Amino acid sequence: MTISRRALLAAAAAAGGGLLTACGSNTGRGDGGGSGPALSHWYHQYGEAGTEQAVKRYAAAYTKARVTVQWRPGNYDQQTAAALLTDSGPDVFEVNGPSLDQIQGGQVVDLTGLLDGVEDDYNPVVLTPKRHDGKIWAIPQVIDMQMLYYRKSLLRDAGVEPPTTLDALVDAAKKLTTRKVKGLFLGNDGGAGVLGGTPLYAAGLRLVTDEGTVGFDDPAAARTLGKLHRLHADKSLLLGAPADWSDPSAFIQGLTAMQWTGLWALPQVQKELGDDFGVLPFPADGSTGRPAVPVGAYGAAVSARSRHVDAAEEYVKWLWVDRTDYQEDFALSYGFHIPARLSLAKKAAKLRTGAAADAVRFTTDHGWAQPLLWTPAAQTAYQDALSRIIKDGADPERELRTVVGKVSDELRRVQRKTT
Amino acid sequence: MSARTVEARTTAAAAAARQSPGARAVHRRRALWFWVFVGPFAAGLALFTYVPLLWSVWLSFFDAHNTVTPTHFVGLDNYTAMLSDDAFRDSLLTFALFTAFIVPATYVLSLALALMVNRVRRLRAFFRSVFFLPAACSYVVAALIWKMSIFNGVRFGLANTVLDFFGAEPVAWLSTTDPPWYWLVVVTVRLWLQAGFYMILFLAGLQRIDPVLYEAAAVDGARPGWQVLRHITLPQLRATSVAVVLLLVVNAFQAFDEFYNLLSDARGYPPYARPPLVYLYYTALGQGQNLGLGSAGAVILALIIGVVTVGQARWFGLGRRNADG
Repeated sequence: MTISRRALLAAAAAAGGGLLTACGSNTGRGDGGGSGPALSHWYHQYGEAGTEQAVKRYAAAYTKARVTVQWRPGNYDQQTAAALLTDSGPDVFEVNGPSLDQIQGGQVVDLTGLLDGVEDDYNPVVLTPKRHDGKIWAIPQVIDMQMLYYRKSLLRDAGVEPPTTLDALVDAAKKLTTRKVKGLFLGNDGGAGVLGGTPLYAAGLRLVTDEGTVGFDDPAAARTLGKLHRLHADKSLLLGAPADWSDPSAFIQGLTAMQWTGLWALPQVQKELGDDFGVLPFPADGSTGRPAVPVGAYGAAVSARSRHVDAAEEYVKWLWVDRTDYQEDFALSYGFHIPARLSLAKKAAKLRTGAAADAVRFTTDHGWAQPLLWTPAAQTAYQDALSRIIKDGADPERELRTVVGKVSDELRRVQRKTT
Repeated sequence: MSARTVEARTTAAAAAARQSPGARAVHRRRALWFWVFVGPFAAGLALFTYVPLLWSVWLSFFDAHNTVTPTHFVGLDNYTAMLSDDAFRDSLLTFALFTAFIVPATYVLSLALALMVNRVRRLRAFFRSVFFLPAACSYVVAALIWKMSIFNGVRFGLANTVLDFFGAEPVAWLSTTDPPWYWLVVVTVRLWLQAGFYMILFLAGLQRIDPVLYEAAAVDGARPGWQVLRHITLPQLRATSVAVVLLLVVNAFQAFDEFYNLLSDARGYPPYARPPLVYLYYTALGQGQNLGLGSAGAVILALIIGVVTVGQARWFGLGRRNADG
């Protein structure tokens, strides 16, 4: 028997239709029916084992809606940004923000009411960037922070004290550098990406002032950033490591004596190196300087395009406000974070001793979080300039003048929208 | 088919259509089949190419932060902002540099490979396959191998192991801006990936050259080697060369994959070796989500590509026959 053209076309059409349907239905919303509305909840992929199972367990325990968890590997920020433009996006999603443009664009829902009565229990350093126009746009989940890890034995051998000023850090990195081991690892790009505003805070400045103007239009900024170039010029920086700054491998494998990385790396470093390491904040620079550590928090937000905004809000309140047992489990049982709620952070036994206790102290005393007004455009301009200062030895004053101009424009743009 | 027969057939068909209902049905069925076959592709092209293209042009006149249905018309503001943005202008320069290097380099390398493979008597199929194989590798995979194992910055990377053998210091290939070693990584990965493919095109061209020409040249006293290459082989390869150069330039315009995978990290992209597509990707689709500005950049880029391609086609006299030029 030969297949007629018509039969073939019919088969092809059916196959094509099947494919299209398959694409259209993959929204994570579930299939309708059952009790309560169907909600989809997006998380970015956490590296620590068990996290995915944990959030799925929490979602399954919720009775008033059927919550489907989507665990999304890859460029999470890009994925959510694109999904929020459509009707097939998430109802609830965790976000390293939301960004000011997302708030002003009406993409996320005001969640202020959810924190009635417990607002003071959230660590202010991470709650502040979730606030805009007096409203709260996401519920902080856990706090992440970064700090400087150093190898005690290597410092002792080189006769170097743990550095407490930026100048001491530059000198220490130089002294610790040998043919096989570099002094300091600030990421493969030389530090422009991961340090961001941290050196400015260490110089006693800030990215954006409370009045919403540029916070580093000051000669001290150029002076401090210029010192970072010395690290590069001295060849004290580890560059081109197989794993970047967020992974402690370079530190553990002995490619570097000091590394800037996150609190999340602490369990792994402890396991591999035992007591042979210590942690420090980014050291202060200049007479008005103070140590600095960057802190940030993923928050749970509700999409304004959700078909069940009320149900979604109720679910977020249940999980991220009421269920403190789950919040504690999420923060401390997989990987290593500081709970966003002060009452939970105080209770946690794991955070009371050793380097973890230091990390908590740094967060409380020296933590700075990226201000909401610091937009991606401002970030790009600053980071490009910082990279040129560190690697090419570009004149910090001239570079910063350009950045201050661009950032002022950007601040005016976002504030014009608000008023 | 001559114009007259076409005309005659059309008239006949029209007459038939007027006359008998059966002929009209045939005509209708033909139209139906035409649309059944062409329709899906036309619809796909319209839906996934033309609609987004026009939408992007429309977006470029609006303040479109985090939205594809903006309401705030800003006229040419996005265009002036993009053209006065030194990062964007830098990216165009990067891209011009990259094209100016990669196009001649790939051309020479693949032609050289083709000439060599064409001359070997034995194992020709083997060499042809060996050089062509990299073309089957993905840009992303190759970029990651180049970044992680060959050109990583620590002492146990392949390139640094070789340097160490000669007693030299390890080099952080992708992080060093003075001298700009990152270009070595970017250019070698693309050369490795694409030289084999163009070699095949040149081989096909070489095999179409009539051997009589070489014999005649030998009789006329042309010395084998440079003289024959210059006066016989290259002119005979003209059509192939034009196609190769056009394809190479188009490919260079699309520079994204290896740049992004070699140089981006979780915190963004360094300010060097940043071609326009990478820059626009961060502006429009990254955290920035400034779709209006990104679209304006895309339109500017499209215009540049259009002008260059048309200019190139004119210059080479695309479509002219081999020996005419």
